[in-house]
Amino acid sequence: MATLRLRALRKSYGTAEIIKGVDLDIADREFAVFVGPSGCGKSTLLRMIAGLEEITDGDLFIDGARVNEVGPADRGLAMVFQSYALYPHMSVRDNMAFALKLAGASKAERAAKVAEASRILQLDAYLDRKPKDLSGGQRQRVAIGRAIVRHPKIFLFDEPLSNLDAALRGQMRIELARLHRDLAATMIYVTHDQVEAMTMADKIVVLQAGRIEQVGSPLELYHHPANLFVAGFIGSPRMNLLPVRVVSGDPAGVRVGLPGGGEVVVPVDSTRAAPGTGVTLGIRPEALKPGAEGALAGAVRHVERLGGLTLAHVAVTDSAVADGATVVAQIEGSAPVRVGETIRLTIDPGATHLFDGEGRALPHQSRHPLAA
Amino acid sequence: MSTPSTAPAKGRRFNGLPLIGPSVTVLLIWMIVPLVMTVWFSLQRYNLLDPTVTGFAGIDNYEFLVTDPDFWASLANTLILVGSVLAITVVGGTLLAVLFDQPFPGRDVARLFAIAPFFVMPTVAALIWKNLMMHPIYGVFGAAARALGLPAVDWFADHPLLSVILIVSWEWLPFALLILLTAVQSLDREQLEAARMDGAGAVAQFVYIVLPHLSRAISVVVMIETIFLLTVFAEIYVTTAGGPGNATTNLAFLIYARALLQYDVGGASAGGVVAIVLANIVAFFLVRTIARRLEV
Repeated sequence: MATLRLRALRKSYGTAEIIKGVDLDIADREFAVFVGPSGCGKSTLLRMIAGLEEITDGDLFIDGARVNEVGPADRGLAMVFQSYALYPHMSVRDNMAFALKLAGASKAERAAKVAEASRILQLDAYLDRKPKDLSGGQRQRVAIGRAIVRHPKIFLFDEPLSNLDAALRGQMRIELARLHRDLAATMIYVTHDQVEAMTMADKIVVLQAGRIEQVGSPLELYHHPANLFVAGFIGSPRMNLLPVRVVSGDPAGVRVGLPGGGEVVVPVDSTRAAPGTGVTLGIRPEALKPGAEGALAGAVRHVERLGGLTLAHVAVTDSAVADGATVVAQIEGSAPVRVGETIRLTIDPGATHLFDGEGRALPHQSRHPLAA
Repeated sequence: MSTPSTAPAKGRRFNGLPLIGPSVTVLLIWMIVPLVMTVWFSLQRYNLLDPTVTGFAGIDNYEFLVTDPDFWASLANTLILVGSVLAITVVGGTLLAVLFDQPFPGRDVARLFAIAPFFVMPTVAALIWKNLMMHPIYGVFGAAARALGLPAVDWFADHPLLSVILIVSWEWLPFALLILLTAVQSLDREQLEAARMDGAGAVAQFVYIVLPHLSRAISVVVMIETIFLLTVFAEIYVTTAGGPGNATTNLAFLIYARALLQYDVGGASAGGVVAIVLANIVAFFLVRTIARRLEV
């Protein structure tokens, strides 16, 4: 059992407040991912949990015990650093056994635990090598091995894959997910890469400027973003955001006017949307498809062909919107769009969102089946 | 196809030699001429007090040197001086480097002060220590001892070699500190944090993380300092002039005394050849161990 509870956690450097009150619960065996733009405080939060940064205010509980004043070694956590932070003058074996040696474990115990970790991570052939003789992926595994031998209550990962190339990153993502299942351990993982967050997490914590924007499962965040920030941050390419006005509230949702004169009914709760108010319409790129009856029309400004997919950047024609908003449509790879031509786009209303003047999402009338 | 590929290689070879030739020649002459002259003089009867006695001396000069008790004393003094100063500066420099790496108010000024002695020329440093610090009557140490009711120590009379060691250490500690401080600063902070997570306290972090990280820099400090410490001269000349007796005579001072106090150029040259051999033995072992360490 290893649960983590954060209550009104704050961190200040002088007068600059980096973490502005974070409340969070992480359950046993959960894979929680902290995600957010650079400088949002996600690494600081992780280091506070690790004990490497002092907690200015608030409480941190591990397994129900308050550990604010407990040193990093005694919290029973293990951390994998972005730079791996392997000890360069020690062999792989000594790197992994270092914590056990300091804890006064016997030689036999050390050997057994290192053997177990190296078996899990397939490092047996490299135990006598120095870190400099290993590839990036192997170093990464040693860093994880160093964490495993301690049998920590919680594993902490600080952007562990950001120094690897794309292919290795994909492979390590799968290995880490497998490791999480095999070890049945609680893990906290910090990344700025939303693919890592979406693929590995049980629970994503979206942070911005020292505050939690939303906590939820990956698909919950994708299909039911709580606000404009999460809507824009989760999903690639980004969700299209258009300033629109409410036409009327229907039982089926809120009818909004589109640039160019069309209308669309967004299936959200209409009680907070009075006709005439300005709201933001969010449309996922994959919800836009070319079609003769499309509610949006515009000139194709740019086409990105990814092979299987095509991203069409369309400048929506609208006399009311001065800056001429551009939307990105994710359409089929073989779609015959060309730069300069005018196309019409249909909108799948189920993949649209409405945000009020403060950027908060209007709740959908029904939950997405995968995001229950 | 083959002609253009070989032609530039040939051209480079042909063009390179005349270009590096002059500097190689100058360096060779620079090194070879004094070396050959020293070896030549060491085999000659050559005493300025009696210029009429000349001619080939064979190994007489060397025989006279090794049967002279002063020579063995100076050899011992040289090794004690080098060893002690190395120990003091490396140990002290390492500790100071770790200390000055910690953030504290006024750190930059403190670093400047700690490094400043390196820029004082040896003669001046020796004079300051002789007259302002260690002098039993006017010196700071003497005053401090009297303030505590203790008798003042006449450093250069009672502990001459220790005094020289202290002065030379004072001069070289900043050098060790400078090199080791930059090395400490290049230590990856995440390694220390990882060690903290692994349960390492301050001492364990120092022993297992900082010291191994510093080992290369320490070997560089040892090598450079050894080369210069084998030839310490000004400090001895200014403070003790090799005395009392031969208590502070090292090899460099012995050669000076032979050549310019006793005017025995042949004997001094023999001493010089011994010094060259000694320096090369030390350099050989040092370069070998350091080369091995730098591979790590």
